[in-house]
Amino acid sequence: MTTATPDAAPSVGPRSTAASRPETRWGRFVRRFRRQRGAVAALAFIVIVVVCAVFAPWVAPKDPIDQDLSASLAGPSSEYWLGADRLGRDTLSRLIFGARFSLLAAVQAVLVATVLGVPIGIVAGLARGWVDAIASTIADAVLSIPAIVLALAIIGVLKPNLTNAMIAIGIVYAPRLFRVVRSAAISVREETYIEAARAGGVGTLTIARTHVLPNVASPLVVQISLALGFAVLAEAGVSFLGLGVQPPDASWGVMLGQSTAELEDHPILVLAPGIAIMLAVLSFNVLGDGLNDSLGREIRRE
Amino acid sequence: MLRLVARRLLKVIPLLLLVTVIAFGLLNLVPGDPAVQIAGEFATEEQIEAIRTELELDRPWLSRYGSWLSDAVRGDLGDSLFSGVSVRSQIWDRLPATVSLIGWSLVLSALIGIPAGTVAGWREGSALDRFLTVGTTIGVAIPVFVTGLVLALVVGIKLGWLPATGYVGITESPWQWARRLILPAFALALTGAAEIARQTRAGVIEVKKQDFVRVARANGLHTRQVLGKHTLKNAMIPVVTVVGLQIGRLFGLSVLVEQIFNIPGLGSRLITAVFENDVPFIQGTVLMLGTVIVLVNAGVDISYGYFNPRVRGS
Amino acid sequence: MSEGRAVGVPLLQVEDLTVEFVTEHGWLPVVDGVSFEIGRQETIGLIGESGCGKSVTAMAILGLIGGPSGRVARGRVLLDGQDLLVLEEPELREVRGRRIAMIFQEPMTSIDPAFTIGKQIIEVLRRHLPLSRAQAKQRAIDLLDRVGIPDPHRRFDDYPHQLSGGMRQRVLIAMALSCEPDLLIADEPTTALDVTVQAQVLELLAGLQEELGMAVLLVTHDLAVVAETCDRTIVMYAGEVVESADVTALFPDPRHPYTAAMLANLPGLHPGEPLRPIPGIVPPRHALPAGCWYSPRCEHRTDACGATHPQLVDLGTRRVRCLRADELDLPGVGR
Repeated sequence: MTTATPDAAPSVGPRSTAASRPETRWGRFVRRFRRQRGAVAALAFIVIVVVCAVFAPWVAPKDPIDQDLSASLAGPSSEYWLGADRLGRDTLSRLIFGARFSLLAAVQAVLVATVLGVPIGIVAGLARGWVDAIASTIADAVLSIPAIVLALAIIGVLKPNLTNAMIAIGIVYAPRLFRVVRSAAISVREETYIEAARAGGVGTLTIARTHVLPNVASPLVVQISLALGFAVLAEAGVSFLGLGVQPPDASWGVMLGQSTAELEDHPILVLAPGIAIMLAVLSFNVLGDGLNDSLGREIRRE
Repeated sequence: MLRLVARRLLKVIPLLLLVTVIAFGLLNLVPGDPAVQIAGEFATEEQIEAIRTELELDRPWLSRYGSWLSDAVRGDLGDSLFSGVSVRSQIWDRLPATVSLIGWSLVLSALIGIPAGTVAGWREGSALDRFLTVGTTIGVAIPVFVTGLVLALVVGIKLGWLPATGYVGITESPWQWARRLILPAFALALTGAAEIARQTRAGVIEVKKQDFVRVARANGLHTRQVLGKHTLKNAMIPVVTVVGLQIGRLFGLSVLVEQIFNIPGLGSRLITAVFENDVPFIQGTVLMLGTVIVLVNAGVDISYGYFNPRVRGS
Repeated sequence: MSEGRAVGVPLLQVEDLTVEFVTEHGWLPVVDGVSFEIGRQETIGLIGESGCGKSVTAMAILGLIGGPSGRVARGRVLLDGQDLLVLEEPELREVRGRRIAMIFQEPMTSIDPAFTIGKQIIEVLRRHLPLSRAQAKQRAIDLLDRVGIPDPHRRFDDYPHQLSGGMRQRVLIAMALSCEPDLLIADEPTTALDVTVQAQVLELLAGLQEELGMAVLLVTHDLAVVAETCDRTIVMYAGEVVESADVTALFPDPRHPYTAAMLANLPGLHPGEPLRPIPGIVPPRHALPAGCWYSPRCEHRTDACGATHPQLVDLGTRRVRCLRADELDLPGVGR
């Protein structure tokens, strides 16, 4: 019980002013985010994966496409930490380079989804009326078609390669972002200061930039984290089927797809990329939930 | 209630129309001359010409869409590009396997998800609840093809309890049909079960806080009775929603599961079609699945009326 | 109903009841050593400001405290000499709704919106009484009629949302009284209702009490209601009983300054005078003042009040927890 009572504390001084200064939005977010151990761990894992992906040539012990047939299907050893595949390629190195493709692909898909979903969502939410009705119905229609089926269909008419696959997944995810942004824009629209700005002759675009975007930011950040998880999973699925990343390049999904034949005798070749995918998706989901809890209104839990 | 049904069905029409536009419009995504692109690098001039004729690419877009739509409404989805077999009959051949798979996994995910979510919600904050919450979080993140492969390996191959791959029609042998679907359906069900468990848990916690549960308890009603009757009937709404949402996802993920377990369903046929650029088949599948899901979702909305007397009454 | 039971034993005896809830400061008592009795067919008013522990006391009698956040730490609740607090859940369920029933504050949300009111009354009836479906339905309709619901045959199949708040409280009363309990606990039964409806519901409760010969524990913050309906009053403050006496004695001659302050606060009793709400709030349990817990808000505080926590002293006709109970001459109401 050494803490001073409020009366006894000096009224002026660096400590007391720091304590009494209202918390900034960022400060509040950091404080609340740090309390969530799961989300912090997820963020740490994502950072590690990103670092590995960026510095893959320096991090990976071997060249991911270098074949050493004498090491074909080698088990884990000091040279091949996670063993080698049928062509004698080092699993660990392929995993590290695979992170590049998996993450890059996910980012591409989310970028496409954002570029499509966010502006249309803002416009639909602000304009309402028939613009909103049409945009929403289109979003509903796209959502009615199973994501993978639509992605496969788009890949089917384009050419199977990673970029096309990710454009497809981005298109499929866009309606989800659209919905979140639209409802955020609608709630902003109801605010009186927007009405005042409109009455004052401020244009829709300016309103969107100065008022809606900042308010949409929080739910959008959460959704983007979840979207990245979805995209990693979708890329893995598409590449697993051989319709995404094309050999000799390998994403985690390609590694999985190529080693299904080895499943019975060398399950590590399937499990290693499988676990990598799972952890990445899990991290993005947990991070998204954590962001949601830290960015949302403060709700007291009993 | 009747007005509710009518209003909901009215909203279905523009949605279905848009689904047809998306399905048909896929062809227009093809860059350059679709016929050349679809025929592939090694196609001869005649082959390209044949594709152009088959897809009637020389006619304007709208008129092509019109005739495609009027055919589709009458159930004619065109013929596959290379084999020339009717798309409808192919879908019809492949549908039973996919529907069996999805039906089984819906049942399994409800059987796993609803009790797990109910128990977790009722014992909110307990060790069991935390265990289930972590489990569902992981369950959502595991790729279906990883669960599928691991199940096939462990249960199918190592333990040898169930056949790891293949499919037998229900008319051939109902017993083999069920046995062979257990593993793939289970793999497919896990993600859905996790999602249903989450929703059910949230629903139960919401209902548990309601005053009427306390009143029922104060009137001497059994806790399980309160849980079973009051809670479940009220919590059914989110569960029904999830089941509605799951249908679409299950159709999508069944593509992967069919591939792993070697099931001759719609999904594995779709993959072949994608590799072959078989545009009519892709269009037909997208149209069929989109229509089914739009209708299922309308059905889900209408069924809310059954669970919510306030809607039913008005 | 009460023949054959030990003569002279009160219907309900609450002894040293202590209920704790978990807070950020650890387990803290919300009800602290509360004791009182309820005789057969007696009407007791349990009063106090919100947060003084009166509702928790009521819930604890029915064994409704539990789960991870609340527990009964000490005490006994004797119904005809049988301690309810040692009973297991299945035995408690036999008591709830059958021997002791309870109605709550919020009629709007206290009935399950997914089922008809008839179905829910039948559920309670068949839980406790060996009735056939048809008998239960007949009895439920009789009950609805008895609590003053017009056209009970038709209302039987109504969903809760089709009824007004007052009607719903009547349905809840019908449900609670369906098995003719010996004790009805009514926790702020009229607070959420319109003033005119309040009077009707209170009248209904009084009539039913007469008819069924039951005891009533009325939990309320409204002294006017107590004055009209109750035989005896128990005043709670910060989890403790601070005064209890017959209504006829307490109202004209309060002995605890808190009781007096609440009486002074009664609207309509001093026409022309402004209301005098008690300054301050009920102290939270983790920040109780030294000495008498009411002393910081008390007009009659002395230095001794801030030093010693007073005991509940039995004065024969009443019990008071105030150091100055003998010397103060506090203004009352009526007489």
